[in-house]
Amino acid sequence: MIITVASGKGGTGKTTVATALALAAAARARPVYLLDCDVEEPNAHLFVNPAIESERAVGILTPVVDAEKCDGCRHCAEVCSFNAIAAYGRTVLVFNELCHGCGNCSNLCPTGAIREELRPTGSVERGWAGGVKAADGWAGGTGAIHFIRGTLNVGEAMAVPVIREVKKEARDAPRGALVIIDAPPGTSCPTVECLKGADYALLVTEPTPFGLHDLKLAVEVARDQLGRRVGVIINRDGLGDGRTEDYCRGEGIPVLMKIPHDRRIAVAYSDGIPLTEALDGYTEKFRALLERLATEVGR
Amino acid sequence: MIIAVSALDGGLEAPFHRSFGRSPVFVVIDTETMNHRSLANPGAAAGGGAGIRAAQTILDEKVEALISGDVGPNAYAVLQAAHLPVYIFSGGTVRQAVEAFRSGRLSRADQATGPARGGIGGGMGTGVGRGRGRRGRS
Amino acid sequence: MKQIVVLSGKGGTGKTTLAAALAQLASKEGRVALVDADVDAANLELIVSPVKLEQHQFTSGRVAEIDEVRCRLCGRCEGRCRFGALVRLVDERRVLYRIEPTDCEGCSACFHACVHGAIRMKDRLAGEWFKSQSRFGQLFHARLYPAQENSGKLVTLIRQAARQAAAEAEGEYIIIDGPPGVGCPVMAASTGVDVAVMVTEPTVSGIHDLQRVLDVAGHFSVPAVVVINKHDLNPVRTEEIKRLCASRDIEVAGLIPYDEAVPRAMTRGLTVLDDGNERLSSAVAEVWTACRRRLEG
Repeated sequence: MIITVASGKGGTGKTTVATALALAAAARARPVYLLDCDVEEPNAHLFVNPAIESERAVGILTPVVDAEKCDGCRHCAEVCSFNAIAAYGRTVLVFNELCHGCGNCSNLCPTGAIREELRPTGSVERGWAGGVKAADGWAGGTGAIHFIRGTLNVGEAMAVPVIREVKKEARDAPRGALVIIDAPPGTSCPTVECLKGADYALLVTEPTPFGLHDLKLAVEVARDQLGRRVGVIINRDGLGDGRTEDYCRGEGIPVLMKIPHDRRIAVAYSDGIPLTEALDGYTEKFRALLERLATEVGR
Repeated sequence: MIIAVSALDGGLEAPFHRSFGRSPVFVVIDTETMNHRSLANPGAAAGGGAGIRAAQTILDEKVEALISGDVGPNAYAVLQAAHLPVYIFSGGTVRQAVEAFRSGRLSRADQATGPARGGIGGGMGTGVGRGRGRRGRS
Repeated sequence: MKQIVVLSGKGGTGKTTLAAALAQLASKEGRVALVDADVDAANLELIVSPVKLEQHQFTSGRVAEIDEVRCRLCGRCEGRCRFGALVRLVDERRVLYRIEPTDCEGCSACFHACVHGAIRMKDRLAGEWFKSQSRFGQLFHARLYPAQENSGKLVTLIRQAARQAAAEAEGEYIIIDGPPGVGCPVMAASTGVDVAVMVTEPTVSGIHDLQRVLDVAGHFSVPAVVVINKHDLNPVRTEEIKRLCASRDIEVAGLIPYDEAVPRAMTRGLTVLDDGNERLSSAVAEVWTACRRRLEG
């Protein structure tokens, strides 16, 4: 089962919820994968303290022009939809930061003068959080979480290619595994990439006007555009007013959990203590939530 | 000499347009005869890389000089690859720009004159690759 | 004309709250234009009471579309698409190819691959932007449609519109409510500003993200100051931030206390200054004073 934890507004508690879910689930037999896909500002590691075992560079296939073979036809510049190539005579300039890695220039060059090279734009790291790695390669023991994190290099534009690579890492997850995706805030491409293929979209919000305004956008993307099942978690309950719950009720969206506005939780968060350790009862609450979702999704 | 001027509109009386990449129109003029024609700048409608597209358009027109205002680093890199001189003007009409150019009053740009704009990687490095597809500086 | 952008790296630290309060203070000293550069989730309008004056469409990039009549189902398009946007639908009667707009990047690979002329590229309507009159000045804000590429182009557009309007009206300040993260929209919101106010919080996440957004500001040579919001939530981490700033030679422009009055004001559509809370008002005033010092010096 794949659960994506998203929100419209930033700072509502996605990472809090995603890490709590992973930790609550990890104490059972089912393999748990936690994917930190907020590649611009990944934070999940601060709460689950993973031991990173491997890292690889990921990036975008960008063109490299062989000046010997180039005959100056400029077809590459013509077919680039992103203006990433300019050509004058037999001088071809490539503007890497604009390149989307679509392959047009390379595929359509009449003299085969363009090959592609991976330009690193970020990295994907893999490791374990809590528990022991079993001999057969996946965590059969309690408490172990497969931890996968994507990081976009500062100065790079495109988060989506890095997120795709993070998701690819989890392709070896066995059937019956629980995959939790910590998505970035907002409703644009990177969040969409995280929601695609998810069995459930868990939308975390706060009961304030900003939270509600952005929750509506998130619902529009997750439920209306992408057809995901959605449920809401209201964090910092008690902070704003009841309009958020009214909205959910009116839309028939289940409010799956309400985490109260509690300074103790805020202080624990500030020190990197996950919710399941900060206060009693949350491990049980998140396990119950997972069971409910598993029943609804049928996995 | 055949030169190009970035403009808001077509024709010699059109207002000069300072920003090169998203200039709506380029007016191409023969400075001897003052014969001219105008073309739309595809960079104006571009998503990203407007300056690059605009510069490519200018190079395709086979002009010998460009008169503009703000020419960003990417556009400048493209024009420089073709050794196309860029002259800086401000205010007035296309005709006035041409006149200022002819009387030698315009200074030539020796580097980009405009900020890196746009969202995509603006200012983080241009791919001056000389056919190698790599970043020249970052 | 001076430009201030409010950034954070991490979401939810209080950018919009602070940006609105700074705009309010600035508007007492000169003409202000406001920009809500968080086009993904624009919230500034919820507390500055804007009245829309203009609305514009925003097109960005293109999206491919298949003409089913001409399509011969050869599948060349699917073979070329690197973004998984070509969907092959099979039912008992026939096979059909369709392009999924949320996956399509508009690269035209399929267009070039198609030998039957069955694919066309259309301009993509990606959002809209507005010029509104708010109680502190003209507000330039936008709505990026869901699932669109947030390339920063829309941010650039509304910033240009704000600059133009400010120039015409001889405005003094442009206050930009920035987006979270460190990507393109952040870069588009920061280029050419006079000072970036980084709002952070004394949490491990806040500190982690602050460092990355400071790196972005550094790359763009944008002078930055830091504001520690909810500073009394964790005094130890607040000291950590102060040390971090000292080591990077960055001024801490203000410390704002954790106060229920903040969300209360927001819920009522007010700024923290409207609310009349002394502690908060003087904390924000200090930030504004530090900004002004930066802008003059």
